[in-house]
Amino acid sequence: MPLNALFESDLRVVNVGVPSFAEALRQAGAEAVQVDWKPPLPVSEESRRTIARHRARIERANAQALERILSAAPRWVGMGRALDTIPGMHEDLLLHAGPPITWDRMCGPLQGAIIGALLYERRATSVAAARKLAASGKIRFAPCHEHGTTGPMAGVVSPSMPVFIVRNETHGNRAFATMNEGLGKVLRYGAYGPDVIERLRWMERELYPVLRAAIEHLGGIDLKHIMAQALHMGDELHNRNRAGTSLLYRALAPAIVRTCTDTDAAARVLEFINGNDHFFLNLSMPAGKATLDPARGIAGSSVCVVMARNGTDFGVQLAGTGASWFTGPAAVPDALFFPGYTRKDANPDIGDSAITETYGLGGFAIAAAPAIVQFVGGTAADAVGYTQRMYEICAGESRSYQVPSLDFRGTPTGIDAVKVVEKNILPFIDTGVAHRKPGVGQIGAGVLNAPPEPFQRAYEGLAGVLGGKRR
Amino acid sequence: MKRGGLILKGAYFDSVTLMGIGRELSATPGVLDASVVMGTDTNRSILKAAGLMIPAFDGADDMDLLIAVKAKSATLLDQTLARAEAALKKKPAPAASSASRPVATSIETAAQTLPGANLALISVAGTYAAEEARKALETGLHVMLFSDNVSIESEVELKRLAKRKELLLMGPDAGTAIINGVPLAFANVVARGPVGIVAASGTGAQEVSSLVSNHGAGISQLIGVGGRDVKRQVGGIMFLEALKALIADPQTKVIVLVSKPPDPVVLAKIQHAASRTKKPIVCLFLGAPTREGEPHTLEEAAALAAALAQGRSLDSAWAALEQQRADLAPMIDAGAAALPAGGRYVRGLFSGGTFCAEAQVILAPLLGKVYSNAPTGEGMALKDSGKSQGHCFIDFGEDEFTRGRPHPMIDFTLRNERIHREAADPQTALILLDVVLGYGAHADPASELAPAIRDAARKVPVLCSVTGTDRDPQNWAATIDRLRRVGALVAPSNAAACWLAGEILHRRGKKRSR
Repeated sequence: MPLNALFESDLRVVNVGVPSFAEALRQAGAEAVQVDWKPPLPVSEESRRTIARHRARIERANAQALERILSAAPRWVGMGRALDTIPGMHEDLLLHAGPPITWDRMCGPLQGAIIGALLYERRATSVAAARKLAASGKIRFAPCHEHGTTGPMAGVVSPSMPVFIVRNETHGNRAFATMNEGLGKVLRYGAYGPDVIERLRWMERELYPVLRAAIEHLGGIDLKHIMAQALHMGDELHNRNRAGTSLLYRALAPAIVRTCTDTDAAARVLEFINGNDHFFLNLSMPAGKATLDPARGIAGSSVCVVMARNGTDFGVQLAGTGASWFTGPAAVPDALFFPGYTRKDANPDIGDSAITETYGLGGFAIAAAPAIVQFVGGTAADAVGYTQRMYEICAGESRSYQVPSLDFRGTPTGIDAVKVVEKNILPFIDTGVAHRKPGVGQIGAGVLNAPPEPFQRAYEGLAGVLGGKRR
Repeated sequence: MKRGGLILKGAYFDSVTLMGIGRELSATPGVLDASVVMGTDTNRSILKAAGLMIPAFDGADDMDLLIAVKAKSATLLDQTLARAEAALKKKPAPAASSASRPVATSIETAAQTLPGANLALISVAGTYAAEEARKALETGLHVMLFSDNVSIESEVELKRLAKRKELLLMGPDAGTAIINGVPLAFANVVARGPVGIVAASGTGAQEVSSLVSNHGAGISQLIGVGGRDVKRQVGGIMFLEALKALIADPQTKVIVLVSKPPDPVVLAKIQHAASRTKKPIVCLFLGAPTREGEPHTLEEAAALAAALAQGRSLDSAWAALEQQRADLAPMIDAGAAALPAGGRYVRGLFSGGTFCAEAQVILAPLLGKVYSNAPTGEGMALKDSGKSQGHCFIDFGEDEFTRGRPHPMIDFTLRNERIHREAADPQTALILLDVVLGYGAHADPASELAPAIRDAARKVPVLCSVTGTDRDPQNWAATIDRLRRVGALVAPSNAAACWLAGEILHRRGKKRSR
């Protein structure tokens, strides 16, 4: 609008900075909107210039990444043993949540889960022996994410564990996750007592074959469809999976009854699923992994394909920066703690479950799940506010996952690390909280923002790639 | 005495809010000093200078919020820190419209939520201001860049971008504008009318627009382009664009240009552009030599513009200015009678930079040597801004007074201290002040100044002028009345106050020689 055209228009002002200026403008009869502005996260001047210079290219790459994410069609197609199913899995390998980490830096729950997995695999007969073996260097550790897999909380996957197989029908890639054990003392919270190990063995012995027969009988279940419905039913599919689990149960039950000749076993399996509101989480996570992986390797893209935590570090990977991890310290969530526990007992943020936020669910879809914000004493309006804020840092909106209270607007999808840095708005995650000691289990649930460092480093990393420097 | 502090990681507040909280804390009995700042290098050096630094702040960075307190007791220290934390956590009540309009966290999204948005007013810290201005221009918004501490290189880059996009970029360090009758940032509520102003001077533009309005004429547009625009490096890019727009604007019949003397190359361009219109143009390049019939003060520029706007002759405007001087004779008498026995010097304490410059321009020829922390024309540089020498004019808007503090039009602490100090100085003959009203300025400057003026007026004449109108939130007439009641001599303009100061001192000279 040329200046002389401005003279002919009503003045409508965007105010960035001193709020009283906006108030004065309104008093004077002009329309004014206040920007809730924060300074950008600090990054090097050189990177800032590189990113600015390549802005058009980044945006094109992000559009491409977004399209791959939005067009994904995750479907649960089968089950298998980790060793035979997960690419690169071998007898001496244990997968874990989050970015790479060595035994000595692992938090309590992760060490506990490693111990439990070694006992379950019969690689050790005592906790002390398991610790010794874990520290010996004989056992290799690798992030789930580097093997097409996602694990909630500690996220430990060992060779004998059965896993869900999720296939992205659009792009043909596959993703994996173990079956959810339920709440309380469970391996993913670092528990390794006899009951924990026995449950894992039952899951392998009974749950796995029953589910495998059912899913083979059904020929697969469309997860995208279930998740889209679950959002309309009050789930955000990270911290609340009640609707997702119920919908899955409805799809599975007839097939289990038809394929499982042992009615007691069938009943035990159905009761187990029915008794665990989080059963579906271990499908919404690999669905996310299958959705996001095709966006990897798009040169120049600043869209996140991974946000994951190992209880010590928070790690991010971008579509445009190859296999590099960008990490920073994981924070303790703001949480409502179960009776008897306080913030002091809480372990820093842990688990691959932030994959849900990474593809537009979880904290990004919390407006669809107002029940969740009660965890931190929030209101339904807060939930809407959290989701609306996330649109500011995303490349786009989902075409399938919608928020009823926002007039069925698609959830904010495709976290753009450049926007995170420039707007200084950190991804919002709602999550379970583990006790910092192994084996105690979940002690609360809450919300937190991702730490800034991984995004600052990812920004620098992308600038390095774009600027032609090898990292 | 106890000193302590708190770091809030990742909390961000704008500096005005923080300074407000800091001031509130400092006002608590028993609290010796308090400061709430973001942990930038500059701010930490300010804390150090104020004796508020604690070792914990050493590792802080730009993203950390620092609360520093000095108090009489440890209990009071803890209480004060807790109060600061509570004040910062208090969420502002949501605006009535917040439910329907999501909070925008960037200029781009704000422009989407406000359909037809056409201007961005940017007042974030200078380090970030250029980037925000660039985004606003890219979004297609005109920009008023209130922030200072933007490099001249960025200014040139932004102004070139703005020109390419046919957008206006006012600033950086643009304090004043009135667009379509709407005051932006520091501006007065003036009548609308045919006088268009282009200014490279904030308070100069406030004085001219207020006086034009008080003369019964009105303002079409007031475009403040920032003081550096007329320097060679910037080349008058926006001054020229604004002038061309006013020439083309059918609502504007008379144009006033206000600036310090532009660079000769820029001046030639301005003259060339001005020669292409039949609209009368009143030029005030404050401090540049003037010819017969040209204004050399803000007051004269305003009087001439008002006369042109009202179809009166310029001679009548000059005659009215003469008459005003004659009418001020009783004030000269009053001032001369109040002169202290030993005092010899004028001490001017200004919140507006242009007023400080105008004082030097007017009084240097009358008084001889004048000193200033912002010397202009014949003014000489003051050695120490904190210590007056000779006839001395202090601009409290200069960096040395505004680091970590609000503008002197909002925070009167330093100027009031100085009024007391100058009044107590036996060398002081009289004190000269400016008082600026309008949006952006303090809600009640007269009350802020009253105690200091009352104290000073017992010892020396205190002369001041009030820039503003009766439609300003503070009210011009009421402010003048209040200042008179505490003993100030209030002149109708800054130029008149300066002239009066010269006359009063001159009278004393005559008395002596008799």
